[in-house]
Amino acid sequence: MTLLSVQNLSLDIHGTPILRDVSFDVQEGEVFGLVGESGSGKSLTALSTMQLLPGGSQATGRIEMGGQDLLHLPEREMCAIRGNEIGMIFQEPMTALNPVQTIGDQVAETLIIHGAASRSEALDAARERLDRVGLTADRFPLTRYPHELSGGQRQRVCIAMAVALRPKLLIADEPTTALDVTTQAQILDLLQGLVREEGMALMLITHDLAVVSDVAHHVAVMQNGEIVEAAETETLFRRRSHAYTRALFAASEHQPTRDVTAGATPVLEVAQATRDYTLPRTSLFAPAPKLRAVDQVSLTIHAAESVGLVGESGCGKSTLTRAILGLEPLQGGTIRIGDAPVTAPHVPAEIRRRMQVVFQDPFGSFNPRHRVDRLVSEPFHLLGEVPDRETRIDEALISVGLTPADKAKYIHEFSGGQRQRIAIARALITRPDLIVLDEAVSALDVRVRAQILDLLADLQAEYGMAYLFISHDLGVVRAITDRVLVMKAGQIVEEGPTDRVFAAPEHPYTAELIAATPRIPADWHEGGLDVSGPAVV
Amino acid sequence: MRWPISLILGTALAGAFALAAFISFLWTPFDHESLNISARMGLPDGQHWLGTDHLGRDILTMIMVGARTSIAVAIIAVGIGIAIGVPLGLFAAANRGSLIDEVIMRGNDLVFAFPSLVIAILITAVFGPSAVNAILAIGIFNIPVFARVARGGALSLWTLDYILAARVAGKGRFRISVEHILPNIANLLIVQGTIQFSLGILAEAALSYVGLGAQPPTPSWGRMLADSQTMISLAPHMAIFPGLAIVLTVLGLNLVGDGLRDILDPRVRRAR
Repeated sequence: MTLLSVQNLSLDIHGTPILRDVSFDVQEGEVFGLVGESGSGKSLTALSTMQLLPGGSQATGRIEMGGQDLLHLPEREMCAIRGNEIGMIFQEPMTALNPVQTIGDQVAETLIIHGAASRSEALDAARERLDRVGLTADRFPLTRYPHELSGGQRQRVCIAMAVALRPKLLIADEPTTALDVTTQAQILDLLQGLVREEGMALMLITHDLAVVSDVAHHVAVMQNGEIVEAAETETLFRRRSHAYTRALFAASEHQPTRDVTAGATPVLEVAQATRDYTLPRTSLFAPAPKLRAVDQVSLTIHAAESVGLVGESGCGKSTLTRAILGLEPLQGGTIRIGDAPVTAPHVPAEIRRRMQVVFQDPFGSFNPRHRVDRLVSEPFHLLGEVPDRETRIDEALISVGLTPADKAKYIHEFSGGQRQRIAIARALITRPDLIVLDEAVSALDVRVRAQILDLLADLQAEYGMAYLFISHDLGVVRAITDRVLVMKAGQIVEEGPTDRVFAAPEHPYTAELIAATPRIPADWHEGGLDVSGPAVV
Repeated sequence: MRWPISLILGTALAGAFALAAFISFLWTPFDHESLNISARMGLPDGQHWLGTDHLGRDILTMIMVGARTSIAVAIIAVGIGIAIGVPLGLFAAANRGSLIDEVIMRGNDLVFAFPSLVIAILITAVFGPSAVNAILAIGIFNIPVFARVARGGALSLWTLDYILAARVAGKGRFRISVEHILPNIANLLIVQGTIQFSLGILAEAALSYVGLGAQPPTPSWGRMLADSQTMISLAPHMAIFPGLAIVLTVLGLNLVGDGLRDILDPRVRRAR
């Protein structure tokens, strides 16, 4: 039976059209996937349902639930529906909870606000809900504060809040994007379990086709504020009738063509690297406790080789990156670039020149007050006087697919993908032997990601530098690396050729990571109209 | 971008007094040093627009010339605070977590711990009352304010990727502080600067009021208030006009500070 029916929803914000004629139905007890790239309007569709639109919004159409048109309901009545009939969870569990309230109070709040229970009853109910989402009483008493929990645990608290009143519909906006793969798998399991056992419908908003293929019964694909294709999941995955859907799938399955063979000369040699952090003192006289973030790590990267380093957040991969880049000193072991040791924190310019880095966040990687030429040429600081400065800036911009005319622009004039190209240009400009790509494509949409991966492959063929690809996204690592290292709790637990590691992982942790990665079933290919394959639902 | 109303109003108020101070160099209605006892305590009329004081000096002239003193003292005091405090704050942030950071910031706390006006009175009492000593006394207490603002702003910037990228490009702490950090905390410093400027004007008026600021015959708003004190029932205009000058200037500068924050701080701008 239809639970939520959106009909011809159009939305303008300050006169700019955002959504056009969006129509879809969500059935009771089903998972409805809404897929699209950033800016496609998927989040605003969800916010329209909740009537939580930003100021200056003008929505037309109908959003029907339980015989009421939510779009034209007065705010007072909408308040009764929010949390009660429709629950919502967000992408960023780190900021979705109030840091100064206990998790028990936050879950109980929903119940108290809606007058469903007295305080003590609400706390009992909160306990029961937290148990349901896997936060058991012995380890997670109601008196815990959000900062005492990990990201996945916080997301569980958010889910407990959202389902506290057993809403008929739960809207989850990128609920697992900020989480590690194994945590993502657990959260998706939990959400599916709630749908199954409580008969709740779930509207899952995501950019990740693999997640949708795993979980959703029906899928709608959004582009530029319109639904371009909608169908039952398997049908849509096999049919791919719209060009945009096809482009999305092609990009997510994209494998850049790489025609470089790794050389034999080592570019980077890390031997027995150990990095300790001093933690705050717990007592005045005892020595301050230490945390070993990187523990006896050894690795070698050869010329023109692509090496992947995968691991979950907190495994020490960022610390290792900083040590390799000579930004932080080691407590043990050595790092050598070519034949020269990296002596952090004072690394000679000639050595720094040979390694550069591209960071994850295309928005935080640039000083907003400098022009592109100054941003790109910053590493020239390492070269002293550069006589052909301007030509080299032009050359770097052209090689990443931009034009010399972009030199005079400021960074806010570029999109995320373009910014990442500028970051690559900045890394290229000293002609380094090694570029460290720290989650360099994680924040990008799939189509842009595919383009950047292609660009990286082309640049490697042209300049022959080595890549160290640091990522939590196994798909990306698989697409672009020759060799992969798996890191857990500061140690490398497995190392080997990428194909071998993915096909036959030796370490149980690697196997766990690979199993947790959502994948589009192998037989759901375009044109594969034989629907006799295993049913998902 | 539309200017917030507070910025327009504040600029108009503060600008009017700055203009008055500027004009006073070129022209004043009367000479502020010439006494005319026969015309003392005159009410505002066509000749003396704001009346005369107990020595027959024109109050409008006194306020115009007094604006000079107030603004000069406040600007130099803020300048001292910025010139010493900002480098200290940047230096502390560049060495965050180190002993030198602790020393600088605890030194700041020490200065903060003293009530500033009382210490300013102490300084002027020891070294003698003069405009220069007032400037120094107010300026010293501006140092920790700017050091804290600079350090706080810089600390959050030091964690950003573009700072890391600059370090990978081999730039040292000093270079990064000047090239990347300072321009990006300029907005914080400008806002804090206007607020300290208005506080400086208040502090100067307070010191002059107790006779520890600029010495006669240099006119000063604070001393004009002090002079009028005993005659407040006979000639209230002697207190009202310099009082208004102080209130309106400080109000104007605070409005400018508010307005600038609205424009310069993107977080506040989005919330509006």
